[in-house]
Parts: sequence; structure tokens; C-alpha cells
Amino acid sequence: MIKDITIGQYFPGNSIIHRLDPRFKLVIALAYIVMLFAGNVFVSIITGAVFCIVSFALSRIPFKLMAKSLKPILPILLFTSILNLIFIDTGKTVFKLWILKITSGGIETSVMMIIRITLLITGTSLLTYTTSPIALTDAIERLLSPLKKIKVPVHELAMMMTIALRFIPTLIEETDKIISAQKARGADMENGNLVQKAKAMIPILIPLFISAVRRAEELATAMECRCYRGGEGRTRMRQLKASAHDFVAAGVTMIFFAALIAVNIII
Amino acid sequence: MAVLKTENLSYVYSPGSPFEKTAVDNVNIEIEKGEFVGIIGHTGSGKSTLIQHFNGLLKPTSGKIYLNGKDIWEDKTQIRQVRFKVGLVFQYPEYQIFEETVYKDIAFGPKNMGLSKEETDRRVRATAEAVGLSEGELFKSPFELSGGQKRRVAIAGVMAMEPEVLILDEPTAGLDPKGRDLILEQIKKYHRTFGTTILLVSHSMEDVARYASKILVMNESKLFCYDETAKVFERAEEISQMGLSVPQITRVFNELKSRGIDLGEEVYTVKFAKELLVDILKKRGKLHD
Repeated sequence: MIKDITIGQYFPGNSIIHRLDPRFKLVIALAYIVMLFAGNVFVSIITGAVFCIVSFALSRIPFKLMAKSLKPILPILLFTSILNLIFIDTGKTVFKLWILKITSGGIETSVMMIIRITLLITGTSLLTYTTSPIALTDAIERLLSPLKKIKVPVHELAMMMTIALRFIPTLIEETDKIISAQKARGADMENGNLVQKAKAMIPILIPLFISAVRRAEELATAMECRCYRGGEGRTRMRQLKASAHDFVAAGVTMIFFAALIAVNIII
Repeated sequence: MAVLKTENLSYVYSPGSPFEKTAVDNVNIEIEKGEFVGIIGHTGSGKSTLIQHFNGLLKPTSGKIYLNGKDIWEDKTQIRQVRFKVGLVFQYPEYQIFEETVYKDIAFGPKNMGLSKEETDRRVRATAEAVGLSEGELFKSPFELSGGQKRRVAIAGVMAMEPEVLILDEPTAGLDPKGRDLILEQIKKYHRTFGTTILLVSHSMEDVARYASKILVMNESKLFCYDETAKVFERAEEISQMGLSVPQITRVFNELKSRGIDLGEEVYTVKFAKELLVDILKKRGKLHD
């Protein structure tokens, strides 16, 4: 069923990672990405892997979900590793066939690349798994708020994002209902050639657009009724407050970073 | 033979995820041909999920559904045929309207059935009449119509498939009392004219009591009971405890009974109450024609 698609992939829970302030989580995730790509390959991968595995264990997200998040990037992984294998020409030649030459350097780079991308995706999806989309936009708004000084409409952008995220499940549910209703009238969406399939979408898209516009109008009216007029002077119901364990998390990340730099200098 | 039959029917939403929920739990029912069945239950009691199994929109997690004695999931490729035989009108069906004219929208179902132009035309006109749409309205854009009229167009769109079983999920939701009575009367008339088996999902006990010959009560994903209207209202107390209201008139007569005035009959419509009282008064010679 269409409802089973997870968008934003938020997986509700109450672990330490879930409870972290979203601003800290966002910054830590960025630091983690830098960590993965900084300095010596082996060192950064080991540090990154340890960091990723520890936070993962703390978040209590089922391993199955993590594997699921990797599925869509499998083609990219394959593609990059094959390119690396073929085109990197350093080290000993391991295998040679006509113009194809695979070298030890190529193998090394492509293995490292696979590990790096895997770590990158699992680490960053941990962020979206443990943070609700609304909390995430909140964090983005707060982190970007200095840009207001140079007239970037940060609040408006964040509001648009929040509304869009809020309405994704609603519209999915609506689509599901419309599909069921048209199926109940014998609409056939599985069979037929491309043109027929495109035509079969009309009975779904038209009611969907109509209801999306109707909802947008209703929402606009409801917001105006409550005197909404942008972010100026607006306070929040749920204040983001950094607590001790946010600083602990930041500290741990910093220690990892320091270790990474130290090892890089020593080598 | 029952037209619709379920056997240990269960359905679980999102199995294996934290959102897992059993919506229909081991339901066994047999619905006879030509019956007018009222389906009641709380929001979230599983009634909407249950009816979506009858025309094969949902596939049961376990258990079987038989239409005229045949398992509807026996041949997956024939599921569309089941949908033509069991017409389902969703809640707020006017939101599924998409064609340029009322005529075309009603014709969507029959066209999907592959019927000839003449047959489609006959059905569109017949059902439009059945739901009280005028000839002039047939060629208007459905989006120009009022809410109640749109609702009737959408209902006609399912009726036009001339199904053996017609299921309506809260066809009167959001309508004013006049529009509600109109639609229910039209459904009743349709039932009488075509002999179609009707399943009417409703929140209103009054409506169900007035029209249905049998009532199916769902409670917390389980079948609470499926019986003749009078027998179901004998259990008024249990039904009230579920948070469902029994008709006002039934409450009055139950209260009378508890105070020692037993009229010996189960009362659930005002009309019947009136006849009963007139009868009794006549017998006692206190009322003359």
C-alpha cells in the first residue's frame, strides 16, 4: 500500500539520540561528514565508523531499517566502484584484459569509497530517523537565522518547508483514497501500454489537484484568521533548549575530531 | 446461499512496524441476498476496513471472502469483476469526481466494464433519475453543482455499474437533514426497485433503525453482533456502553420498561412507536377512530 512509504523516514523513539537538541544533531551530522572526508583515508574511516556505530547503537534503530536506507544508493555504489576500479592506475597490476587494467591502487580506492559512502548514508540517515521533520526544519531555521540580517526570508522558507512536510502524509492518504475510489469503479491502473497508463492517471490527478488547492485555500484562511503575518516578533510554543547531554554529545564529537587531527599529524 | 460471506477475516495495518494495528479481527458473517444491512460502530472500530474487503480493495491478512460462494481471491486477475459486482461508495465520494460533465462521470464505471454505448447511456440515465438528477444537470460540469448534488452524482456513478451488492460508507456525512433524508429515501427506493443487497455504514442509529432490516455492529475491530434490527436493539444497554447511541425513541421505551411499563415490543422508530401506542389505547377503549 502507498501508505507504507516512509517519507522523512522518521522512526519514533525515546533514545538519547532521539532526545538530542535537533540543532546539535544537525551540526554534529555535518561534523561527521567532514570527519569522513578529512585527512588520511584509513584514519578517517575508522574514526567515522566507530562514531557511526556507537551513535547507532545508542539510537536503538533496528538494523533492518538501516539496510533499507542503503538500498536506493546501491546503483551509485556499484557505479563509482566500477569506475574507480577501471580508471585508477596506480600500484601493482592485478588483472589485465585487453585495455581493461585493474590495479591494487584501484581496488583500494574503490573499497574505501564504498565504505565511505556507506558510512555517509547510514550516518546521515540516522539524523532523519531520529529527528522528526518538523524538529529538523525548526533547527534549520534557527541555525540559518543569522542570514535574516542579509534579508534572506529564513522564516518564510522554513514555514513553507514545514507546511510541505505536514501535508505529505495528508496528500498520500488522499491519493490512496482516490485510487481506491476509482478502483472501486473499475479503473485499471496496472495493465495497458504507456499511453493507457498515463491516461489512467487522469482520474486520480484531477481530484488530487482540486483537493490540494482547496486545502491550501482553507489553510491560508485559517492562518489569516489567527493573524499570521510572518516571522516578525513571533515566539515559539516549543522552545529549543540545549541541555547538559547536548553539550556532552558535542564534546564527544569534538574529542573524536581532535583524535582524528592528532593521528593525522603524527602519521 | 449468502451473497457475501467472510470466514475468519482478519486484517493488520503495517505489520512488523511500530504502527502495527489489527483493524479487523476474525470476522465471520453471512449476508443474504436482497438484505438492507446497517453497519454501525465507532470511528476506528474497523467498519471501513471491513467493507473494503468486500470488493477486494484490501486483501485480508488471513481468512477468506466469498461472493456468491466463490472465493474472490481465488483468481487475482479477476478482481476487477468482483468490483463491478460489489459497488462501493466511499465517504465523501464527491471528491473522486473528475470528468467534464456529470454524464461522463457517471459513465466512468460502465465504460470500464466495457459496456456498449447504448447500454451505458441507458444506465447513466436510469441512475441519474434514481438519485434525482434532472436531464439538464447531466451535461453540466459537476463542479458547478452544490455539495449535495455532487454527492448524488458520485453515488450514481457506482449505481450505474448495477452491482449485486451496493455498499455506502456514510453517504450522508456532512449533509443537512433535508439532504440526508433525500439521499436515504433514494437509496431505499433503489433497494426496492432493483432488489440490490445494500450495506449502509452510518453513525446515526436513527437512520440505520429506520431503513435497515439487519444490523451489523463492529466494536474494537471485532464483530459485536449481526442480527435483525429489533434483536440488536434488545441489547441497547451494551450498545450504549460501547459509546454508540441507540435511537432516542428506544431509550424512552427502555426507560419506561425499567419503570415497570412494559409494552412487550422493541421500539426503534417513531413511526412504530406511534402505531403501538395507538393500538394499545384503542384496545383499552380510550381512543376512538
